[in-house]
Amino acid sequence: MRLPPGSYFMQGNEACVEGALWAGLTFYAGYPITPSTEIAEGLAMRMPEEGGTFLQMEDEIASISAIIGASWAGAKAMTATSGPGFSLMQESIGYAAMTETPIVIVDVMRGGPSTGLPTMVGQGDVMQAKYGSHGDYPVIALSPSSVQDMFDLTIRAFNLSERYRVPTMVLSDAEIGHMRGKFIVPRTLEIVNRRIRTDRVWHDGFAYDETLVPKMPIFGKGSRVHVTGLSHDIAGYPTSNVEVHEELVRRLQEKVERHSDDICSLVAHRPGSRRMLVSYGSPSFAAWEAMMQSEDVGLVDLKTLWPFPSKLLAQAISGSSDVIMIELNLGQMFREVQRVACDEGCRKVRLFSKVGGEVPRPAEIIGFLKEGG
Amino acid sequence: MEFFDLFREDRWPHMFCPGCGIGTVMNCFHRAFSEMNMDQDKTVFVSGIGCASRIIGYIRADSIHTTHGRALAVATGIKLANPDLNVIVFSGDGDIGAIGGNHFINAARRNVDISVFCINNYIYGMTGGQASTTTPYKSFSTTTPYGSKEYPFDLAEVAVASGANYVARWTIRNVKELTSSMTKAMQKKGFSFVEIASPCPTSFGRRNRMADPTQMFEWLKIIAVRKEKSQAWGLDQLDLNIEGRITIGEFIERNRSPYGLIA
Ligand SMILES: Cc1ncc(C[n+]2csc(CCOP(=O)(O)OP(=O)(O)O)c2C)c(N)n1
Ligand code: SF4
Repeated sequence: MRLPPGSYFMQGNEACVEGALWAGLTFYAGYPITPSTEIAEGLAMRMPEEGGTFLQMEDEIASISAIIGASWAGAKAMTATSGPGFSLMQESIGYAAMTETPIVIVDVMRGGPSTGLPTMVGQGDVMQAKYGSHGDYPVIALSPSSVQDMFDLTIRAFNLSERYRVPTMVLSDAEIGHMRGKFIVPRTLEIVNRRIRTDRVWHDGFAYDETLVPKMPIFGKGSRVHVTGLSHDIAGYPTSNVEVHEELVRRLQEKVERHSDDICSLVAHRPGSRRMLVSYGSPSFAAWEAMMQSEDVGLVDLKTLWPFPSKLLAQAISGSSDVIMIELNLGQMFREVQRVACDEGCRKVRLFSKVGGEVPRPAEIIGFLKEGG
Repeated sequence: MEFFDLFREDRWPHMFCPGCGIGTVMNCFHRAFSEMNMDQDKTVFVSGIGCASRIIGYIRADSIHTTHGRALAVATGIKLANPDLNVIVFSGDGDIGAIGGNHFINAARRNVDISVFCINNYIYGMTGGQASTTTPYKSFSTTTPYGSKEYPFDLAEVAVASGANYVARWTIRNVKELTSSMTKAMQKKGFSFVEIASPCPTSFGRRNRMADPTQMFEWLKIIAVRKEKSQAWGLDQLDLNIEGRITIGEFIERNRSPYGLIA
């Protein structure tokens, strides 16, 4: 049974499990890795109760491959991992984007590079989420910064991935995944299901309308569709025609850009303050404390990382003269924030960076604010 | 069932070289599939990357051409997400034995109900003739210009050891046996694996004094020894080399519970 509406106290990873089930998850495949393991363990218990399939695969490449197959067989499918596993999945993330396969990948980030800090927090995967696979391809990545977000954004990730047929990531981190907190399951939740087709698709398996999102033929319904990661025409047949390739790659990108108003979100506290903090994930806690203890300081908590919510960020920092990006890496989203801030005419854009292991303390952020005047 | 009821006429002519064994495999499969009266709308074809993997793009059914090596993992997802589907994999020796080796042994171990047809041409055909995990000892490829120093995998033996319910190996010369093994593989519940020794004159033959397809055909005749006559079966099958032998036949037929059906 799905978690009934009400108020709960759980771990972030557990809230993710419940959110996924609410979203309609029917197929999970994964390989254990700290700090995401509670998601697999939770689903191993919960999936059979819900009539779904839980599968522990031999590695992360197998896991993402299995959920791609399951998605084409009609399932809402998900995997969860952390940095090392996320790296292994990259080729198939590009494949899912190219074949327009709706899947959800939860990456509970830990300190990197390499095996790094297995049990401790980091945010070093955010660029990899966008650029980790070869070629130009669209992804959607959401960033939860509370237990409530783990529930809400997991559902949202499924909805977006179903609606746009784009691999969608929940880029959580070790602090958010392991933190215990209160969250609410509301009475009503919006659940989106992909548009499917069941007719024979001789020559138009990937035909699209003004949404740019093709209706998806599901295996076993008589469509007889061919799916390939090779460049393909709208029949789904491989081609090396450069014009067809260009049209495909541009449409895939445009599919997300055209709908960025629907996809992008952030939470702005005291927008337009003289000094604006920008953060996502676990550093948002300290950033919020720092804001509360300071004069004329606001905070933007990014909920969508990819596509980057440029328009919303520009509105939130409009008129600010000092923008401070806070993140647990050497400055990955910083470049994006810098670009938007510069476009808005803000001359001072600074990076408060920790490479991971621990979250910043409010006092450190306040000190940094003062340093820069 | 006519040939073009099963295959996509609009995609003809196919891309395979003259003298390639893949055409024979497709013909045998057509016969096996026709005779079984399987529901084409309930059958999904899965492959990885390589020449052998291109077969499924010519089949008029739901089909998914995945990434190199990952066909079995994708097939596992399809089958377990919708157990009503028949799932059939076509794959090459590199796809299954090298980059996808981990998925191969684990899919067989898990005993998921899928049928795998692996075309072993002893080489990486699609990329122009580099060594594979099945390339015979001492034979030549673009990456073993002095002869391969490695011993090859015996894929069928790996499948048996890993837990498959049905395993057979034939060359494309054994058309009748191959067709019947394909039928058995599709009927069998659980993981079934048919290895098909097949000529690749373009990428393997040319570098091993068998550029003419008929020479490769002769070679397959010489190297293949039936299980009943083979001394290697049950002893050491790992000495497949250019003068060596491969054992052909049916190696296992058993009924371990397929994945998901454990009571
Ligand atoms: C990750 C990855 N590595 C390498 C390749 C290049 N590649 C394409 S096909 C192939 C080998 C195919 O050999 P095999 O599976 O034996 O199939 P064949 O072409 O011989 O039928 C390789 C190495 C690739 N496509 N993807
Ligand atoms: S390269 Fe070899 S395997 Fe590939 S089509 Fe040509 S002969 Fe067949």
